Amino acid sequence: MQFGIFTVGDVTTNPTTGRTPTEHERITATVAIAKKAEEVGLDVFATGEHHNPPFVPSAPTTTLAYIAAQTERILLSTSTTLITTTDPVRIAEDYATLQHLSNGRLDLMMGRGNTGPVYPWFGKDIRDGIPLAIENYALLHQLWREDVVNWSGQFRTPLQGFTATPRPLDGIPPFVWHGSIRSPEIAEQAAYYGDGFFSNHIFWPASHTKAMVALYRRRFEHYGHGSADQAIVGLGGQVFMRKNSQDAVREFRPYFDNAPVYGHGPSLEEFASQTPLTVGSPQEVIDATLGFREYAGDYQRQLWLVDHAGLPLKTVLEQLDLLGEEVVPVLRKEFDALRPAHVPEAPTHASLLAAIASAASAEPEKENAR
Amino acid sequence: MTTTTTSHLAVITAGLTQPSSTRLLADRLTEAVVQAWRTPATSADSTGEIVVEVVEVRDVAHDLTNHVLTGFASPELQVRLDAITEADAVIVVTPIYAASFSGLFKMLIDVLPADALRDTPVLLGATGGTARHSLAIDHALRPLFAHLGALVAPVGVFAASEDWGSQDAGLLGERITRAGRSFAALVTGAPKVRAPDPFDDVTPFAELLSRASRV
Repeated sequence: MQFGIFTVGDVTTNPTTGRTPTEHERITATVAIAKKAEEVGLDVFATGEHHNPPFVPSAPTTTLAYIAAQTERILLSTSTTLITTTDPVRIAEDYATLQHLSNGRLDLMMGRGNTGPVYPWFGKDIRDGIPLAIENYALLHQLWREDVVNWSGQFRTPLQGFTATPRPLDGIPPFVWHGSIRSPEIAEQAAYYGDGFFSNHIFWPASHTKAMVALYRRRFEHYGHGSADQAIVGLGGQVFMRKNSQDAVREFRPYFDNAPVYGHGPSLEEFASQTPLTVGSPQEVIDATLGFREYAGDYQRQLWLVDHAGLPLKTVLEQLDLLGEEVVPVLRKEFDALRPAHVPEAPTHASLLAAIASAASAEPEKENAR
Repeated sequence: MTTTTTSHLAVITAGLTQPSSTRLLADRLTEAVVQAWRTPATSADSTGEIVVEVVEVRDVAHDLTNHVLTGFASPELQVRLDAITEADAVIVVTPIYAASFSGLFKMLIDVLPADALRDTPVLLGATGGTARHSLAIDHALRPLFAHLGALVAPVGVFAASEDWGSQDAGLLGERITRAGRSFAALVTGAPKVRAPDPFDDVTPFAELLSRASRV
């Protein structure tokens, strides 16, 4: 099972000091957080993509390539890549390049974005959100799998005899997750392709996540990719920890109360009781995370949001220490013990390459057997 | 007749004070609707069971703000949204503030699921300080519920403060009864009640005399 963090990349005023980091500080902090994630033994670092203030990650492959150059092991991903407003040809090119530069330490999560005006700014119509996600991904999927593509669709200039370069590393396209909070069409899309489905359930009640994941699992089996419990599921999560639960609540409350998404709304206690937000001790985070399995089944990837609501870099790095030292080692052991043998890990470049190699070595045996 | 139907009547009442004249009107309208619904002359479904579920908007005021900010309903609010969404008929009563429905009332309407009220019969009621606000039912509430695709009953009831204290002002009780009858007929699909032929059925003079003595 993979454990990691995902960042939205928001520039948010620290409500306890009134200080707002500069964009430069936020970008360099993002790199420091990613490097720290590798150092403490996490498996995945994912960055969001936004094209409006107060967010900085408008060019995720630039940031991820820079991080790839300074890390050895951690898998780089997105949370999310805007499949609606980004030309799928550019996604194919940018991320294939990043896949080569990172030696295959890359996957992506497709999403539709959170800001209405981004659609018209990029020449699209928000009412086409779902059709854009479907058509653009169909093209991206083809660009990474066919050397020469002839294609025409509703939203983009047709392609005749087009080859997206570079070709994916070892001929293996990056693994793709589809992220959605509320659209069943996206769960259906992930199931159709046998791709991963990521439910960023940090802002929504568990009952909703349960229904979305169940739909994806059922349709994954329907499309013949394996049994429902073999579908590739990722979940979000949102934590703030201190050794003592009360210290965590006391320290996090002003950040919570002023946070961009839910600030000035429900109390921390109300929100924590209705969503996966966990503010407390490492043990409470362990218990809450194991609880996700109760309604999502055995899943493959757990990403936490830790650098949000204006928390200073120093605090974020302390959170990563706690995740790496006290939370993830326990969760790895507990989840491994609970997971049946037929439930697979999330595919990585290495595992997909090994699968091809073992299939190739099995071929001559089949020939001999005839 | 071997089976009886169960119908759900949701009552949205958006008064802010305790006690509230808005709640008072909501209760009177509910009573009138239920009574007409159970009366064969004004109902095509007079034997069915009617389950009334009252949604006091004030009780979920914080939950509504939180829903608007977070995008999801608390369990307490969800129960009420479900009751409205699943209702066969809905009575809504709001105080009129600044020439329109109250903001809190509109927040509830804003967070209803899309199409929650489509094709649902809705009876409109409103309260206000004076009868000068009574057209708010038609210029504010009616377009809102038309937008939502509801089957808005043609007869709404506005209650001004003075209506509660005078037997005659606006004849509130009669307006409530008339609205209830009309709404029950709409909901149950009862045939139109024809106006009596005045030459066929004369009002006895004693009754004319007693009406006159009320003035």
